[in-house]
Amino acid sequence: MKLKSKIKSALFVAFVLAIVGSITPGCNGGSSNNSSSDSTATNSDDKTLLGAGSTFVYPLFSKQFSEYNKQTGLKINYQSIGSGGGILQLTNKTVDFGDSDAPLNDEQAQKIGVPVLHIPMCSGAVVISYNLPEVKDTLNLSPEVLADIFLGKITRWNDAKIAAINKGIQLPATAIVIAHRSDGSGTTNIFTDYLSKVNDEWKSKVGKGTAVNWPIGLGGKGNEGVAGLIKQTPGGIGYIELAYAIQNKMAFAKVQNKAGNFIAPSIASTSAASNVQLPADSKIFLGNTDAAEGYPISGFTWALIYQEQAYNKRSEQKAQNLVKLLWWNIHEGQQYCEGLHYAPLSPAAVAVAEAILKSATFNGKPVFNGKPVLQ
Amino acid sequence: MKFSFIKSRDSRSNLLVREISYIAKMDVWKSIKIKRTFRQIRMEKIFRSSLVLVALSILVLVIAFLFTLIVQSMPSIKALGFSFLFGKTWDPVANVYGTYPFLLGTLFTSFLALIISIPFSFSIAIFLGEYYPRGWFSEFLKNSIELIAAVPSVIYGFWGLFVLVPIVRSMELKLGVTPYGIGIFTSSLILAIMIIPYAASLGREMIRMVPSSLKEAAYSLGATRYEVIKTVILPYSKSGLFAGILLSLGRALGETMAVTMVIGNTSIIPKSIFDPGNTMASVIANEFTEAASTLYLSSLIELGLILFLVTVLINLIGKKIIKRFTTD
Amino acid sequence: MPQNIQYRLGKSKAFKGFIIFLSVLCTLPLFLILIYILKEGFTKINWHFLVNLPKPVGETGGGIANALIGSLLIVFYAAIIAIPFGIMGGIYLSENKKSRLSYWCRLSVDVLQGTPSIVVGIVIYFWIVKPLGTFSALSGSIALAIMMLPIVVRSTEETLKLLPSTLKEAGLALGLPYHKVILRIILPCGFSGVLSGIILAVARIAGETAPLLFTAFGNPYFSTNILKPMQSLPLLIFNYATSPYDEWHDLAWGAALILLIWVLLLNIITKITTRRWKIQF
Repeated sequence: MKLKSKIKSALFVAFVLAIVGSITPGCNGGSSNNSSSDSTATNSDDKTLLGAGSTFVYPLFSKQFSEYNKQTGLKINYQSIGSGGGILQLTNKTVDFGDSDAPLNDEQAQKIGVPVLHIPMCSGAVVISYNLPEVKDTLNLSPEVLADIFLGKITRWNDAKIAAINKGIQLPATAIVIAHRSDGSGTTNIFTDYLSKVNDEWKSKVGKGTAVNWPIGLGGKGNEGVAGLIKQTPGGIGYIELAYAIQNKMAFAKVQNKAGNFIAPSIASTSAASNVQLPADSKIFLGNTDAAEGYPISGFTWALIYQEQAYNKRSEQKAQNLVKLLWWNIHEGQQYCEGLHYAPLSPAAVAVAEAILKSATFNGKPVFNGKPVLQ
Repeated sequence: MKFSFIKSRDSRSNLLVREISYIAKMDVWKSIKIKRTFRQIRMEKIFRSSLVLVALSILVLVIAFLFTLIVQSMPSIKALGFSFLFGKTWDPVANVYGTYPFLLGTLFTSFLALIISIPFSFSIAIFLGEYYPRGWFSEFLKNSIELIAAVPSVIYGFWGLFVLVPIVRSMELKLGVTPYGIGIFTSSLILAIMIIPYAASLGREMIRMVPSSLKEAAYSLGATRYEVIKTVILPYSKSGLFAGILLSLGRALGETMAVTMVIGNTSIIPKSIFDPGNTMASVIANEFTEAASTLYLSSLIELGLILFLVTVLINLIGKKIIKRFTTD
Repeated sequence: MPQNIQYRLGKSKAFKGFIIFLSVLCTLPLFLILIYILKEGFTKINWHFLVNLPKPVGETGGGIANALIGSLLIVFYAAIIAIPFGIMGGIYLSENKKSRLSYWCRLSVDVLQGTPSIVVGIVIYFWIVKPLGTFSALSGSIALAIMMLPIVVRSTEETLKLLPSTLKEAGLALGLPYHKVILRIILPCGFSGVLSGIILAVARIAGETAPLLFTAFGNPYFSTNILKPMQSLPLLIFNYATSPYDEWHDLAWGAALILLIWVLLLNIITKITTRRWKIQF
């Protein structure tokens, strides 16, 4: 009996300890935490940042944040839930930063109510990927054909319109299966923005946006969902981020640009398209570029943060960490872009981004002056 | 005892002393007891009222659930009214929200799943309830049916995506329809597997409850086993079997993850069972974290509200029928 | 034998064969799933898989340690929240069979049981996530606790109802206070039923994904802080299964196998508890 009650009380104590241990932020387990001395002094809540948004930039962010974690010990949890989700969660103040491939529209800006900074992170190409095991060569696509496919007017791969711009390629009679995003997405925004610019029927029937009413096709969640659909479906076609296509060894088409050239998506052709003068707020669409060697379907992705960082009892440390992280992203972090097939920011774009980042405040005071050093 | 009694009788003074001390002792004892009793009564009261409190809080929880859903979906109820239910397009860009495609998708998948699963679940019910109520194989069958219910739905979705989808696709190629592979038919198949246990286990209980006198009477009239099942057992357990179907339906309507992974997620009105579609639950799962405009978000919540009301209603009717059946 | 009877007997036999065929066919998908996941998952599981964190896209050798611990913690806290409530609710319902409150409470439990998991996720998002201003494991636990509650309440109620009233009367006649009768006599007697209900409920929520989508959210790092986002096995499976990366598929298969083993083990434990401590009167 005595033993039993002893066991009982021991269990109870262990139980209480477990709860207390979990609630106190102190025991936030650090597996790869090789940070310097101040890690014990700062509250561990300040050593994490939560982000959500674009799946477009997810491979780059996961690489960048993992490197940043190795250097500073700061843990950045980025969940790729889609650009729309990033904006919504930022609006609800459930994340520290969002990331979107489309700048806030008027309604979204109005709903947030306070200024939100758009910091360009990199630019990327949206590629038209397809799954035709029989076709070894790269397909050519013109804006007109592309729009007709996504409008559901061209339903077979051996359609005369496709054959006309792909002379010498034996096209199969497979049915075309279209894959698109089922969630709100900046990738969709870039792609539909492009189609609206080049095709009037698309503009009037479907329009552009982060989520549109697709005339036809299957929906996949996230870039990874669409890529998965294309990979799994013979005859499939869809639009995904270049990095996803290359990493998964998926075929993607050359697209005819405004100058009439068929351009394969690459870092060089994306850079050619994104090498423009940015406005001060950096909100610019790159679709259907004028550059002769520019790939026509590309765009920036922006990290979104509140200009005033003092909200929801956030610590100043956290605000600084966030700004330092983004600063690192647009400088040192850019070296990881090319390896993952994103186009790094041009020096002009970095200058614009620096100016935007410097305008971030905490209780009205700038979060930092000058170039911050790593922790 | 007796000895002491006599002894005390011998000396009166002694008796008096004893009696007083006895009473005193009693008093002490009594007061302790009273204290304890009071404490216990208090504890009892606390216990009873905390029971009531918990019961009340469960009730409040459900009411708050409903309240939250209604309040949050108010913007879309106000703005869209009934057009929400029958609108044929779901277009977040144009801020047009009609749930007709999803209602259709939900009904298609659920009823198709039901049609596929009913023969199986009823066979199991008859097998375990009538033919072989005991034996190692029946035990095995019963356990494996229970395990079907235990497998997490995300695992069904995962398996379906990698195993079932290619099979369905090659079937669709032979049929000459667009070989999506994923779509309403595939999700119905997955759902059918998932809901078998619900109707089966309830059906088994109901078939077992058929009085043996009824069956024996039928046998004595020369009926074969099949005829007994057809004319006695099934009609007798009819309402119970129906309740099992309702519970399966409730499960199928609300199932989210497995369906989301294999249905294709598109807002077009499905034209055939091989088309991709969307169910109410899968739309919410896909779009809830992304709905950036007020109307969009509240439309999704209203969808959740409708789903909540429908599944709850179906479940309650099912439960009612079971209750009536078991108390009769 | 007249042909008519022969025909009827034949029909009866054919029907029986048909029923047996369909019943056996039913177990087929289960075993297909079990075997497939065992085959895919078994080769992926090793020590690194269990103790490493997921690696960024393109690097091999990642593991699922964060999801494993996260899942255990989220389910653990959900159980802590749901069990006292569930048992108390069950006691109330079994003790007060006819009161008006118990009618409504029973109805609420039925409603909760029928509530789609995704709806629970939405509501908890508005109750916990938005006011707290961050996704957290705690909100996930609360959502799962709500899913657990009806099962615990119902199993407690059903078990206690089966106990003979003489037990309670004997306790009361000995002068034991009411709460002691319930907690020391009735509940221990129905222990196996209550316990198996709890384990069953845990098994059910361990694989739930939908309520966690908008609550626990996911986390690529190892975290034990329940006020922060946390990864869990079902979320990991969902995210990685729908991705196009083969390494991530491997992680998902391994995770699926572990989750499956976990859930099936809990179910088997339930079976054993009910058999071992079966109430017999």
